[in-house]
Amino acid sequence: MTPMIEIAALWKVFGPRADRVVGTPLADLPRAELRARTGCLAAVRDVSFDVRPGEVFVVMGLSGSGKSTLVRCLTRLIEPTSGDISIGGESVRAMNPKRLRELRRRQVAMVFQHFGLLPHRSVLDNVAYGLEIQGRSRAERHRRAAETLALVGLQEHEHQYPDQLSGGMQQRVGLARALATDPEVLLFDEPFSALDPLIRRDMQDEVRRLHAEVGKTLVFITHDLAEALTLGDRIAVLRDGELVQVGTPEDLVGAPADSYVADFVRDVPRSDVLTLRWIMRDPAPGELCEDEPLSHRTVIRDAVHRVLRAERPIAVVDGTERLGVIDADQLLPALISHHRQVPV
Amino acid sequence: MTATVPPPPVLQPGGRVLGTALDPPAPSRRGRVRSRTVAAVLLVLTVAAYLLFRTDGAADSSDAASFRFFDSVRDWVDANRDTSPFFLYGFNYVRLGVRLLVDTVHGALTGLGFAGLVAAVTAIGAVLAGWRTGLLALGGFLAFGVLGLWEESVDTLVLTLSAVLLSVLIGVPLGILAARVRWVGATLRPVLDVMQIMPTFAYLAPMTLLFLIGEPAAVIATMIYAVPATIRITALGISEVPPTAVEAATALGSTRWQLLGKVRLPMARTTIALAVNQTIMLALSMVVITALIDAPGLGQNIVNALQRVNVGAAFDAGVAIVILAVVLDRITTGAARRTRLHRPARQRRTRWIVAGAALAGVVLIALVPVRETDLPAYSFAAPVNDLVGWIELHWYDVTEGLKNGISAGVLDPLETVLVTTPWWLFVAAVAAFGTLISGWRAALIAALAAAGPAALGLWQHSMQTLATVLVAIVITMAIGVAIGVFCARHDRLATGIRPLLDAAQTMPSFVYLLPAVALFGASRFTAIVAAVIFAVPPVVRLVERGLRDVPPTVVEAALSAGSTPRQLLWKVQLPMARGGLLLAANQGIVMVLAMVVVGGLVGAGALGYDVVAGFSQRELFGQGLAAGLAIVLLGILLDRLTQGFHHSKRPRG
Repeated sequence: MTPMIEIAALWKVFGPRADRVVGTPLADLPRAELRARTGCLAAVRDVSFDVRPGEVFVVMGLSGSGKSTLVRCLTRLIEPTSGDISIGGESVRAMNPKRLRELRRRQVAMVFQHFGLLPHRSVLDNVAYGLEIQGRSRAERHRRAAETLALVGLQEHEHQYPDQLSGGMQQRVGLARALATDPEVLLFDEPFSALDPLIRRDMQDEVRRLHAEVGKTLVFITHDLAEALTLGDRIAVLRDGELVQVGTPEDLVGAPADSYVADFVRDVPRSDVLTLRWIMRDPAPGELCEDEPLSHRTVIRDAVHRVLRAERPIAVVDGTERLGVIDADQLLPALISHHRQVPV
Repeated sequence: MTATVPPPPVLQPGGRVLGTALDPPAPSRRGRVRSRTVAAVLLVLTVAAYLLFRTDGAADSSDAASFRFFDSVRDWVDANRDTSPFFLYGFNYVRLGVRLLVDTVHGALTGLGFAGLVAAVTAIGAVLAGWRTGLLALGGFLAFGVLGLWEESVDTLVLTLSAVLLSVLIGVPLGILAARVRWVGATLRPVLDVMQIMPTFAYLAPMTLLFLIGEPAAVIATMIYAVPATIRITALGISEVPPTAVEAATALGSTRWQLLGKVRLPMARTTIALAVNQTIMLALSMVVITALIDAPGLGQNIVNALQRVNVGAAFDAGVAIVILAVVLDRITTGAARRTRLHRPARQRRTRWIVAGAALAGVVLIALVPVRETDLPAYSFAAPVNDLVGWIELHWYDVTEGLKNGISAGVLDPLETVLVTTPWWLFVAAVAAFGTLISGWRAALIAALAAAGPAALGLWQHSMQTLATVLVAIVITMAIGVAIGVFCARHDRLATGIRPLLDAAQTMPSFVYLLPAVALFGASRFTAIVAAVIFAVPPVVRLVERGLRDVPPTVVEAALSAGSTPRQLLWKVQLPMARGGLLLAANQGIVMVLAMVVVGGLVGAGALGYDVVAGFSQRELFGQGLAAGLAIVLLGILLDRLTQGFHHSKRPRG
């Protein structure tokens, strides 16, 4: 399957004569030293990854790690310094302004942290904005906008104005606006970090539901690990503009690439994320197992009930192939092994 | 216990950091002591040099080289007005175009007739700013008829509207460009800076040279005076549009024009409406002054009456100007306030219906044969003159004592010192103290500006004007700071006084001459009084804002340490509001200069009088133009010297 988005060796350097940094020994300097020497800030350093069609790809990092810059480079809201980006097989950096506008109008839409709604337009007209600038007729864009608003559950609020809505509802409008043009790719730049926790969870559910319904490719930026783990099919961890690790939530928690990632995922309850694959052991010769095996994709927590009740170890299988066995001796340490969240 | 938390930075409204609340003690104290020593040494040196080298302060010659030069320029222009391509294909067409515009506007307004125009203004006020404003407009415009000043008021309105039309046509696009195109903004900024400190008088003479006297020159001078505000505020509105909205619209694929038309302009709407309001107020105050270059309207009545020191005759026109100012201001601020970002569709529909009905009503009423002469007539002239007579009779000792006391005790000595200072010493002192206050760049410009009056041959008049300005600014600051401090400490007083300040700031400067003349007759002191009345309101406002901007946490901390209100004021609030105070001084000086120059009309003499005389007497034209230039130079000198107060003052230490 060809990737939806391909990024290869992407650099973004801010500052005077930024183009002189990439490809020289300067590029290897740590961020702080580069800044001291040249006054340039390398926001994105040599980042490469692919996003598959229909995937939810999360880019995670602390503030200042370059994740917002990275996502803006995808549609050249920020012009990258070097590297290749292609979306749907077409090179974005080679596009002329007209083609780039077409890309933004029809293929890739974005949802912003601070919503970016137009306060002088009604909710309906905000959602219809993308269609309006494409030159669609008023009736058509309003019909389409109303449909999209219904999709995010705001059909009652069409004629209100953004400042009359709560933060969560405003972000639904932002989401509807992005969906209205029926793009292939949706970019989310920390869309929920300005919302309070309960509403944030609602919105995460909303995104999951929409993803299931409309099946778009999603690139999701966040600094919130929990959000990354719940939403992401795959997660890219960014530090100081560099990619540290790309993998499934399981990969990150089970096999962190370095101490930075390990530190990040330290407080994640492993039993909630890891599957049995990570803790099973090889069967002893001639060992007898329970009749019913468990799939290797079962999350540890979901297996607790059966494993603790079982008389004998349970086989872990991938289809019909037996991969290993599991019993209480493996399970219990995994249940208690994550660090305390409260200092003693 | 020692504080380890870094002090919060003191922010000005514009977001400039003026310094931190508590500078590290050691370096700052040393730095302050050093600069104080330098200042003291400089002061001693200046005084010594003055005592050694002072001149006898010869009167300005009436035949200086610069005057002859400007006269010859004038003669050349007069000789070539109909042959030189500059005029044939340039200025003359501009003049014709503006004349056409003025005639069109005039035709439109007078075409409505008295009843029609009153109805139209009422309807506009009601639709744009609510029925109260509509009633105000109705009453105001009827009052023009009652005062017997209908023609003049319409003339003033015509010139104002024409100038505002031009300012908006030129200023709004320029403002957008200034906000969007970096080099345009960077080029315009210093130009606008200088334009805004130029006293109104300075624009007049060059305009008459290029466009002859009359309406076109008046409209263009007014436009030049008002357009910086249009540009500035429009640019501010455009650049204040939140970047998130722009980015979101860009991400959806908007073109540049779509961004401008659908995002930036609609979101800057309220600010642009405010820009139009400011433009109208500035234009009105300038249009009145253009009476000096033969523009028709209410200004004529005032100028004529002032030159005869007949306050009563000027009073009616003054009232009419104030009414016009208030009506125009109410309508446009009301409209700006109502230009909220959105309004429900139903409300929008009713508004169209109301507007349609109002239009029909205006057309109907315009057909009613009522003329302004049908109204009962009333004039304030007699009662006001009686009042002035009564004041002269009963308060003579007080007013005369005040006038003579300040004139003889402060003004005269200061004037003597300044006039007898050799020009090179003055320039050197400006350079030295300027460097100390505002940095060498500003000091260099100030010193060059200080040398100008000597080169123009107007040393004596410039120094006389400067002395008047200095006395006026000291009085202004004393009164302004006192009231400002009071307002900042007493909320109820502040709310009570605010409408007064608002009203004061919308009034054309000419109007302020009237009470001053009523009290003090024609003299230099009259100009000082007018300047003080004119400049105090903005000073009060800036001082109050500066004091109120002191972070409440600091005030709370000082109170919890047991400060008395007096200690709080002197040790915390005033020092921390330094930025606001110095900005107030800078603004005050620029305004005082403008007014002192206008005071040339009522006996302040010096540069202001030279300018006025230049308009009326052909042989004095060169001197008038030179005086206008000297005024501009004085303005630049004072502004640059004091600008450093709030611009380049880095955190001490």
